[in-house]
Amino acid sequence: MSDSRGRISRQQPNRLQRLGVVDRSQPLNFQFDGRRYGGFAGDTVASALLAAGVRLVGRSFKYHRPRGLLTAGSEEPNALIELRGGARREPNTRATVAELFEGLEARSQNSWPGVGFDLGAVNSLLSPIFVAGFYYKTFMWPAALWEKLYEPLIRRAAGLGRATHEADPDSYDKFHAFCDLLVIGAGPAGLAAALAAGRSGARVILCEEDFILGGRLNGDRQLIDEMSGRDWVWQIEAELRSLSGVRILPRTTVFGAYDAGLTGARTYGALERVCDHLAVPPAHRPRQRLWKIVARHAVLAAGALERPIVFGDNDRPGIMTGAAVRTYLNRFGVAPGRRAAVFTCGDDGWRTAADLKHAGVAVEAVIDSRTEADPALVRAAELGGAQVLLGSQVVGTAGWQRLSRITVRGGGRTAQFSVDLLAVSGGWNPNVALSTHLGGKPRWSAGLSAFVPGDLPRGMSVAGACGGAWALGDALREGAKAGAQAATAAGYAAGSIPSWSCAGERVGLTPLWHVESSTGKAFVDFQHDVTSEDVALAAREGYRSVEHLKRYTTLGMATDQGKTSNLNGLAIMAALTERSIPSVGTTTARPPFTPVSIGALAGPHRGKHFRPTRLTAGHDWAKERGATFVEAGQWLRAQWFARSGESSWQETVSREVRAVRAGVGVCDVSTLGKIDIQGADAAAFLDRVYINVFSSLPVGKSRYGLMLREDGFVMDDGTTAQIAKGHYLMSTTTANAAGVMQHLEHARQILWPELDVQIVSVTEQWAQYAVAGPKSRELLQRLLGDALDLSDGAFPYLACAEFSWRNVRARLFRISFSGELAYELAVPARFGDAAIRAIMSAGASLDVTPYGTEALGVMRIEKGHVAGNELNGTTTATDLGLGRMMSRKKDFIGRVLAERPGLTDPERPALVGIRPVDGSARLYAGAHFLQIGATPSLENDQGYLTSVALSPMLGTWIGLGFLRRGPERHGERIRAFCPIRGGDAEVEVVSPVFFDPQGARLHV
Amino acid sequence: MSEFSYRGDAAFQRPDAAAADAGSRYVEAVYLRTNPAGPHEELWYHLFGCRSWIKVRRDTRTHEILAVRAADAGGSGS
Repeated sequence: MSDSRGRISRQQPNRLQRLGVVDRSQPLNFQFDGRRYGGFAGDTVASALLAAGVRLVGRSFKYHRPRGLLTAGSEEPNALIELRGGARREPNTRATVAELFEGLEARSQNSWPGVGFDLGAVNSLLSPIFVAGFYYKTFMWPAALWEKLYEPLIRRAAGLGRATHEADPDSYDKFHAFCDLLVIGAGPAGLAAALAAGRSGARVILCEEDFILGGRLNGDRQLIDEMSGRDWVWQIEAELRSLSGVRILPRTTVFGAYDAGLTGARTYGALERVCDHLAVPPAHRPRQRLWKIVARHAVLAAGALERPIVFGDNDRPGIMTGAAVRTYLNRFGVAPGRRAAVFTCGDDGWRTAADLKHAGVAVEAVIDSRTEADPALVRAAELGGAQVLLGSQVVGTAGWQRLSRITVRGGGRTAQFSVDLLAVSGGWNPNVALSTHLGGKPRWSAGLSAFVPGDLPRGMSVAGACGGAWALGDALREGAKAGAQAATAAGYAAGSIPSWSCAGERVGLTPLWHVESSTGKAFVDFQHDVTSEDVALAAREGYRSVEHLKRYTTLGMATDQGKTSNLNGLAIMAALTERSIPSVGTTTARPPFTPVSIGALAGPHRGKHFRPTRLTAGHDWAKERGATFVEAGQWLRAQWFARSGESSWQETVSREVRAVRAGVGVCDVSTLGKIDIQGADAAAFLDRVYINVFSSLPVGKSRYGLMLREDGFVMDDGTTAQIAKGHYLMSTTTANAAGVMQHLEHARQILWPELDVQIVSVTEQWAQYAVAGPKSRELLQRLLGDALDLSDGAFPYLACAEFSWRNVRARLFRISFSGELAYELAVPARFGDAAIRAIMSAGASLDVTPYGTEALGVMRIEKGHVAGNELNGTTTATDLGLGRMMSRKKDFIGRVLAERPGLTDPERPALVGIRPVDGSARLYAGAHFLQIGATPSLENDQGYLTSVALSPMLGTWIGLGFLRRGPERHGERIRAFCPIRGGDAEVEVVSPVFFDPQGARLHV
Repeated sequence: MSEFSYRGDAAFQRPDAAAADAGSRYVEAVYLRTNPAGPHEELWYHLFGCRSWIKVRRDTRTHEILAVRAADAGGSGS
């Protein structure tokens, strides 16, 4: 044993020499709570700790009671540990499924300063106030204390592990797979199903959450065809691996059942823990892999979980399920105690007694709550030296950090036994979860005293203990039959169904849920510290529905989702309220069956890989010019082009604005959505999607259009040009490009399929550059030469043309976002880089200045043009000052609901310009408008600022915003108040068009 | 983003904007939806593919797809 000074000890005092399938040729070292231990390859953290004599593995959630291992599987409620360190630290890992590897580091959770001495255990003394509903009752009032006091207090007290704050260094993978048969669980039934189907040639995927196949055959000592269960598993596994259509996925949990398509094939989610059993994943290997498996058929062979019995102080370290005891003995070769007792209500417990005896562990007593048991079982136990107590129950236990004594009552007598291990067998609960993920309800079987799968989803069948076939022979038969049927249904020739022989078994049971006469806390839900008294309190207070019981007591709500506790809680509630168990009902199981890391769900789509990064054709050119880029949807756009000597981005942006307004600038506008619309009814189509009329738009002209959603709010804006008869080109905002395309497809395919119109997105196919400023015509004339006459008469404002330029099809639009004389030149994207360089060289002597989205934004605010900040989904055309665009002569999407009283209310905030009264004051987007002297409150709120800019042309901050009755209030002084960023300025309401209000600069 | 995106109830039809009670008919069409537990006609958009809107008959309880057809194809189910 290790000592308190942390000296190395790799002794394993509880390791059994004869038993177990761990690899003793591969010793492994690991640390738990800073102490060093040894184990073997094939161990879990739990089995290695138990081998080393460590029984105390954690503290309970609420009362901080010492807890040991209850189970040996994924249902474990107690042994939650923090696994690994640094960026790989993972809380709430179950020690019972964590595979041991060299150098593993783990820590116990929920204890301070240590698991052996935990100050939180004082909660146990306060337990009268920690009853069910405690949080609801205590932390109700005053509400203001929630954030400051209650929540931090609860969070500190209720630690279920600490997640790392570092980025996950590992990678995660996603796979799609298709098969005829998905077998869920590789116990005897699952192996038989996979083999029966695999032999017929069917494509089979066999998923097993454990790292070895075999299920209960690893933990039990049954023979199949005179072979040990382990030998049989190896034989079957070898044959399965020889079949080309069979894929075996160990360390893989099928966690959810999902949709089914027209063929009936259903989708399942599975998590493969590819490298969780290694200290660090090898290069290019994912840590975990998320499988999306589409299967024609699935056999649910997920087995069953043994349930504990609820009795006083049933949570002491050393009390575990009988099945777990057998697994530690037979699979891991570890004795979980030296002196044992068995407490059972069925024949299964007697098997545990026999296995303990077989492993050389003294069995002091077998306590069976039934008054009769098979004489052969009794005789065998007595021959082994155990005292047999029929019609008896364990009513209490003693020992603090480990079990030392149990008290048994029966037949009017009370006896005590000094034991350090108590194996409890309360019967088995089938793992029905996956059968209920699509709404199916489990069915209560009175004969089995268990819920079994009820109405199954189409394409799923059940085999083995999962369906209540407890006996091994039955499980094998059901599995083979289900596998063969699935193969036949998928069209494979039926072969002979494999069969095996094994000895008969006794599976009798008279359920015992709760030892009512026991004293001390009787735990139902170990992970959330819910006791039988909490269930009784819920019943007394009227929380009798199973859903209320769950939420009031938190029964079954922890990370284990009540796998060992739900049915016991239901049974106690049923008894208290004098109802049957099925009439109390079951809570709904939802995916995932066991926790799935967010990393696995995200897969490779993390950080920059969350979505693609799209670069325009002119990106390299912009980069060479020193552009700073900004994300606009998926695109990277040049935000500004700083020059050396400029001390701030604002200085850069102001320089770019002045250069455009005084000379000429160029901006890459390729990211704006471009939709090509053609067909005999294209004009009619545009009339129906825009609020204004497009059927009157001549060929060779562009028009600004605004479209609404059917609910009357503005969806998007942009210009649409008719470049040839019946051939239109629509532009959309960058952010809404995909949404507008989907909207138009909906209109075309669903609303008006009779219209002759075709649409296609050409955003990526064309590179487009805005050339803006008083010298823009001069630049373009130099660039285009004779290709196009650009005089104002020949190519006036809003003109557009498609033409051949240097043997390339090009388009020119005379449109302006900046308010200057401006053009947009479009070329096929592959010529985009050449085009921007040609523009720059044609404009070199004009000092053409590249400008970015920031300067673009400043200029559009100076002109009062609305953009994304104003088209925010809550504004109407009238709010934007564009209400007069709404045609009265036609129907269009959104027309009727735009006329609703709420949307035409003159009190609605509408677009205004804002200037600070003190010219040096700064404005903040998001500031709210108040009347001077009004208290900042929701009632006094008059609207808000949407866009602000430091205007180089006006020399002050300016802004656009929505103000109640704003257009009537030009000249009024109000207050722009932004408590979040400390903005509070007296401002004047002005026209939103700050610069060149007559628009004279456009028409030159 | 995924291959298909969901829009919702396929029953939506634009009422006659010229009707006297167009306002209330539009409110009903745009906002009021039945939400059946069971088979439901829905619109899905095949974003990464053919850009088709499809009508999907889906059981909302089990997520079983019962029938699929192109939304502009007419007819009932495949």
